This record gives sequence, C-alpha cells and structure tokens, in this order.
Amino acid sequence: MKTLKAGTRLKSAACDTEVMVIRTRPEPVLLCCGGIEMIAMDGQKAGEPDAAFANGTLVGKRYVDEGDTTELLCTKGGKGSLAIDGTPLAVKEAKALPSSD
Amino acid sequence: MNIVMALEMAAECHPDRIAVTSGTNSLTYGALLRAARTAGAQVRDSGCRHLGLLDINSLAAPVAIFAAAYAGVPYVPMNYRLTRPELEGLLARIEPAFLVAAPAYVDGLSMPAGNRVVSGGDFLALAQSDAPPVTEAPGAPSDVAVQLFTSGTTGAPKAAVLRHENLMSYILGTVDFAGADEADAALVAVPPYHIAGISAVLSSTYACRRMVQLPNFDGATWLDLCRKEAVTNAFVVPTMLSRVIEHLDATGESGALPAMQAIAYGGGKMPPQVIEKAMAVWPAVDFTNAYGLTETSSTICLLGPDDHHLAFTSNDPEIRRRLHSVGKPIGTVEIAIRGADGRTLPAGEIGDVYVRGGQVSGEYLGVGSLLDAEGWFPTRDRGCVDAYGFLYLDGRADDVIVRGGENISPGEIEDVLRLHPAVSDVAVVAMADEQWGEAVAAVVVPRSGAAPDTAELQDWVRQRLRSSRVPVAIRFREELPYNEMGKVLRRMLKDDFRATEPA
Repeated sequence: MKTLKAGTRLKSAACDTEVMVIRTRPEPVLLCCGGIEMIAMDGQKAGEPDAAFANGTLVGKRYVDEGDTTELLCTKGGKGSLAIDGTPLAVKEAKALPSSD
Repeated sequence: MNIVMALEMAAECHPDRIAVTSGTNSLTYGALLRAARTAGAQVRDSGCRHLGLLDINSLAAPVAIFAAAYAGVPYVPMNYRLTRPELEGLLARIEPAFLVAAPAYVDGLSMPAGNRVVSGGDFLALAQSDAPPVTEAPGAPSDVAVQLFTSGTTGAPKAAVLRHENLMSYILGTVDFAGADEADAALVAVPPYHIAGISAVLSSTYACRRMVQLPNFDGATWLDLCRKEAVTNAFVVPTMLSRVIEHLDATGESGALPAMQAIAYGGGKMPPQVIEKAMAVWPAVDFTNAYGLTETSSTICLLGPDDHHLAFTSNDPEIRRRLHSVGKPIGTVEIAIRGADGRTLPAGEIGDVYVRGGQVSGEYLGVGSLLDAEGWFPTRDRGCVDAYGFLYLDGRADDVIVRGGENISPGEIEDVLRLHPAVSDVAVVAMADEQWGEAVAAVVVPRSGAAPDTAELQDWVRQRLRSSRVPVAIRFREELPYNEMGKVLRRMLKDDFRATEPA
C-alpha cells in the first residue's frame, strides 16, 4: 500500500508500463500493474504479468478507478493491466479541446 | 513531471513521424529526442546556468527547449528585435549562459565573459553528433523550465518563470496525447520568445503533430507555406490575420487553403471586422480564439469553433457579440472578476480578471509570486463574464482612463471610432487634465485619401457614447506604433500628448 501523490511517476514491476499520477485520493492504495505492486522509477522488476491482469496499457491513455478518485496517465505502454486494490482501472475517454496553439 | 515526458512519449509512440520542418530541413520525433539529449549533456557539462536563444525560429529552437530540460537549466529565448542596450542588459542577467545566437544578433554586443555563444547551425551539429547523451532529465517538477522576459511596455523587462509543473499542467489539461493524424501539420509563425511559440512546441509534441516553422512572417509567405506544406492547423496573432486578409484584398488572389482545418488566434484583441472577413474567406475552417498570458503558460480561455459558427450566423445581438468574446475557461482553470475592493462581481459587471489553476505561475524572478493566499493571479486585464459564462475583455488595467473617478476603457471608444468611414486605425489613451485628473485623447490614422476633422470625430463619438467618452484631443498620424506581436505601444502615444498642448 502506498499513498500516491499527483505528479509522481511509477513503473510496473511486471512489464514496461510507466505511469504518472494525475490526481488521487488521500488514503493509501494498492496500485498494481500485471498483478504486482507498482514501484519507483529506479526499482527492480519482480516478475511477469499475472494472466488475470494482462490486458496491456497504452501510452497516452488516462486510467481511472471506479469512483473516479484516482487518475493515472500511462507514459509508456506495457503488457500488464492496471488495478487499484484488486479492481481493474478503466480507460477514461478524453474530451478533446480544439487546438489553440 | 518534466516537459521532456511529452517528447519521450511522442518519440516512443511515433519515432519516425516528422516533428518539425524548417525550410527544406526536418527532424523526426526520434531524432528530436536524440538531439535534445545530446545537446542537453553539452549544456550540462558547460556549467552554464541558462540555455539562451537569440535567433529567429529554426530547428534549433525545439531542440533547445528540451535540451535545457535535460541539462536541468531554464530555457531563455529572447527577443532579437530589442535594442543593443536592452539585449546587453538581458545577457548580463542570464550569465553564465549557453547562448544559441545568430552571429548577426550578437556582433558588436558587449557579451558577458561567462556566456558561451554558439550559432544555431553549430548547436544543431553538436546536438546531432555522437557525443554521449543525457539519459534522464534531472530535477523536480517545481524546477524552472522556461524563463521569458515580458515585453515590458513600462520599465525593465520582468523575467516570468514557468515551472515544469505549470507547463505540463497546461499540456495535460488541453492536449490529447498523439491526437494528431500523420498528415496534420501546424504552422508556427510566432517567434520562439513568445509564450505561444513555447506552447506550440509542447502541444504539437504531445499531440505528435508536425510543426512547420515560418521564421519571418508576411501575408504572402504564410499563404504559400500553408499550401506548399499542406498545413492543417495554424496559430496567428490578430495582426497576422489582418495582413493575410489585406494581401488577399490587395492582390485579388484566391485565399484557397485546401488542407486547412483550424485556425487559432490570440495574443491581442482581434478586430471584429477581421475575424468576420476571415470566416467568410474560409467558411470550412474551424476558428478558435485563445486567451492567455505568459504568466499562465498560455491559453486559459477558449472560444471554440461551434461558438464562432453560432455567433457568426446569429441575428441575435447577444449571441452575435460572442465573436468579441474570448470564450470560457478551459476545464483546468477558474476565472473570477473582482471589483476594486477585491470582492467577486456578479455577471455582466466589468472588473479585474483573476485566474487560478495548475498552469498559472504568476511569478517573476526577483519579485516572487503574485498569487494571493487562495492561488488567484491578477492578470491586470479588465473584463466581465456574461450570464452565459463567456468572458469579454476590456483592455489592460493600466490603460484605463480615470476621469474624475469614472473608469473609462479605451476599447469601447476605439471600437466606435473605428466604425467611422474616414478612420483606418485608432488608439485611445489618457492625457493629463487639470479639472478631471485624466481626460480622453485619441490618435487617429485616417484612411488613405480621407481627411476627417476633430469636430466631426468628436460628434461621431458623442452620438454613440456618453459625453465623458468624447476625446477632448485628437491627433492624426500616418500609422500607430505597434510592437512585433501587434500590440499598440500606448506609452509612446501618451508621451505625444504629454509633450504638446491639446488640439
């Protein structure tokens, strides 16, 4: 369990996935990718994705939890899928703004 | 959170897509990332504390923005049109700097000994060499990514600082990652030292969109480049759009831009006639008005294509006037209008525009943060929000004319005078007045062949506005002094009235 912080970057211990926390809740959460808890950017890989959490992540996609309290930006895609406290995160459909620059 | 994240993601996803085109040269996103990392190592190892740019737009500019982040120093693009003493002042303020500069801009300047100067070409060669690159950007999200000297119509230029977290808050809040198509191309005509020049690089990179640079703007070249490079998106300041329209009017040539999908504009007040004309010339193009400041990491409000269309085709004056609005705040920022006593004003009342959000820096070197305890930044713009939530700007707080305690905005008087058939351009400024403290004065540029007289123009205003709005003095000029971004230099006009007796 970790208390997340907006702006923090984490990587998967099971695949190439990297994320950045966009917003989060104040309580500690168990954030996993591929079924293994995500680690600091300089951490060591600890295995392969669990088959139950192997739907993959896509770079640039936003992932949110059920209650829409935590949002992650995938900064590098991988084979594992993201989950908080055992519940998979869903891709958030972005509302595109017109290009202004 | 660091701006290089945008480039690393783009290079990971679309390494072979062209990032930027300058003349006949291009860099892919993969090559831009390698160049930024390699140049970053050189800058870091030089021991310099800033990466400066004193040059027109070129491939070196986007490389330098990201190279500075990899070196862990602020990127400081400077206005190459400044006078020699002004430039020498800035160069002393950023010493020791790794300075990318065209020889023409630094020849004969007294250069601080700690500044290392390389040309744009040499910088690119360095960036594309086999020297060892930086693998990871150092530092924290709160480190300064960009330092911009504000145009400073009064006093010495202030150095606005934009932190990585400010710029990335703007990018993540407004741009869809890899949202651009392979064929998309954005024309960048603003200079690299303008906030829109910075945000163009960051937004395009995060969208994985190709940038096409136009270093020296003129209307004909802009049109040519749009066609030659099949440009789909362009950002212009109002003066640029005026020049393009003037060129079409003068030559009678076709304005056809087959690939163009969207034109965004900002950086100053858009004359209603110009945007209406542009919408008529390019009916299939989506227009967006973007309002933002250097201190807010670019855009904070948008008037989007749907609102433009609705306003343009409406007969209801309340809807139609939205073409004069800068739209609504983007989702990640809030706007408030405050009165002189600091309380929030109701819809429709004009006051000071305040803004709050992650992208708002509101901070200058040596001055500190101008944010209040709740995070609100005073933009120094005047304006009001209507009942529908649209923001209307009403000039700069510094330009308001205070006549006997009454606040008068130059904008409404200028709008009225501009409608006079003999008036081509106009600026309204304050002049000292014994009785009222300040009085309204106007500088008018007559249309060619026309010779309006003072009494006629005063009558014109008197018939349309309150008597306090009638200029007591009117001067005629062949043209108004503008800075290169199309902003009227009101201070110079005020000096005119200070130096001589009223007409």
